[in-house]
Amino acid sequence: MKKITSYCRITDHQVILNGKKLEIAFSGDPGSSRLTEIYRYLDVGYPKFHKMDNLSKAGFLASEMVLGSLNYDRETPDGSTSVVFANKSASLDDDKRFQETIKPDNYYPSPAVFVYTLPNIVTGEVAIRNKILGETSFFILEDFDAEKMHIFIEWAFSSPGISRVLCGWTEYLDGHCDVLVMMMEKESSNGMDYNILNINQLY
Amino acid sequence: MIFKLSDNIISSLGFTTNANYNAVLEGKSGIAPGKDATGNAIAVSRIDPDKMEENFRNTFKTKKIYTLPEQAMLLSAHIAMKEAGIKASSERTCFVLSSTKGNIHLLGLSSHDFGENRIHLWHTAGLLAGFFGNPNIPVTVSNACISGACAQIAAIHLLEQDTYDHVVVTGMDLAPDFIVSGFQSFKSLDEERCRPFDARRKGLNLGEAAATIVYGKEKRKGISLISGSIRNDANHISGPSRTGEGLYRALQTTLGNVPASDIGFISAHGTATPYNDQMEAVAFSRAGLGSTPVFSLKAQFGHTLGAAGILESVIATKALEQGLVLPSAGYEEPGIEGAINVSTTLSKTDKRFCLKTLSGFGGCNAVLLFENAL
Repeated sequence: MKKITSYCRITDHQVILNGKKLEIAFSGDPGSSRLTEIYRYLDVGYPKFHKMDNLSKAGFLASEMVLGSLNYDRETPDGSTSVVFANKSASLDDDKRFQETIKPDNYYPSPAVFVYTLPNIVTGEVAIRNKILGETSFFILEDFDAEKMHIFIEWAFSSPGISRVLCGWTEYLDGHCDVLVMMMEKESSNGMDYNILNINQLY
Repeated sequence: MIFKLSDNIISSLGFTTNANYNAVLEGKSGIAPGKDATGNAIAVSRIDPDKMEENFRNTFKTKKIYTLPEQAMLLSAHIAMKEAGIKASSERTCFVLSSTKGNIHLLGLSSHDFGENRIHLWHTAGLLAGFFGNPNIPVTVSNACISGACAQIAAIHLLEQDTYDHVVVTGMDLAPDFIVSGFQSFKSLDEERCRPFDARRKGLNLGEAAATIVYGKEKRKGISLISGSIRNDANHISGPSRTGEGLYRALQTTLGNVPASDIGFISAHGTATPYNDQMEAVAFSRAGLGSTPVFSLKAQFGHTLGAAGILESVIATKALEQGLVLPSAGYEEPGIEGAINVSTTLSKTDKRFCLKTLSGFGGCNAVLLFENAL
């Protein structure tokens, strides 16, 4: 039976991993520095993190916590896991940053900023970090919608050889973070039942 | 398996599938000299905004104002749905939008009257469904350059769900300063017409397009989409894998039990960047497709981003229906290591299957398998 075997929720004011609030002493206002504070708290040690845009940082951190809690083996190439994320604002947070670099009087576009003007880059970052060779997909919805997300997850499970789907809502815009990342496993005896009601409750 | 009812392409080469397909057969290209935001020369395939506006106003008697990408998207969907004869407003019809940047040009305007939601892709998709009176929440995929394949894979799932009879898959992307300057910063643009798979290839051209395919689940003769899959390289966010791992895996998964020898041709991604084209050759060879004819359509249309997977599927399946393998435009001198059979002339095939492949930023790869049923 399919189960939700781990989940992580990141909002502006708190981080919750499998129902437990992490005791992170945030300083200052919500914003991108909070993501760095979470990174330090977790002691991740992945310098590429600092190059990421905020959307990728947020999705990456939640994925780190979910996979970490499952003792996921990130060294062995894994063709049986897929990553399916969705959000409302796509990459608008980084789009705005890039737009600032292409003003006629101040023109200095950088590939390091431009590459993140695609929302699916966060799924690539998670795949690279964890050697995930399954599907990576990104969908846009007007608002968090557990029913639709449940459908997208089912689609990912229907692809041959896929037994786990790391999925969730990864929204980041103008300093506000709204993330829920969950691991869905096809055959598991542990965890919560995988259904729309439970996805809604975790959000 | 789902069945193609109709299609449309809007590009610099024309506003109908036939106009675009015939232009390809005649060896035409929509790529022309253009300028970037700072006045530098680029080569780009642009939709003429005046022609677009005129066609839009002649087709729809609306006084409302739509952006250029919206006009292209709406007109493309309209033409395809009209040909299919389906009811757009039916609750048994669902829309799927494929776009990477949609209305991103609005971000560069100091002010506009479109409201703050207009830049969002969910709004663009809602506008597509709403314009035609459709009651369902559309599916919006934004998976970089493979979006057009992802949208068609979504169509397979939607039609298998038994909730819908018809799915309208529309892809759209233009080439505003935002996108041009980004690709320029990557130094991945060729100032001249691009040369996919050629020894002298040095980068891609951007292209503007909207393209639509209407799919149904009722068995019929002609083109069907049998399967499709998406796999990641887990290698680099902006560089293709040297081993073609994700594309190889997507090819294997999509082919399933269909032997490589049954594939008439591959409509490749073929962007004409040095690394992409080489990566594709490695993946094709690993999948036993080293001798299968391969062509790219990027030297005719440019890289149309979110529209590419749909536009190129339309042209490829049209060729499959006619038993033709298209020549790969811009290709003269072999420039790929390893086994790859780049198509150099218009030739015939009696095989019933073809593949469409795409790869994109974020390390994602997608493959679609089409069949022409007699």
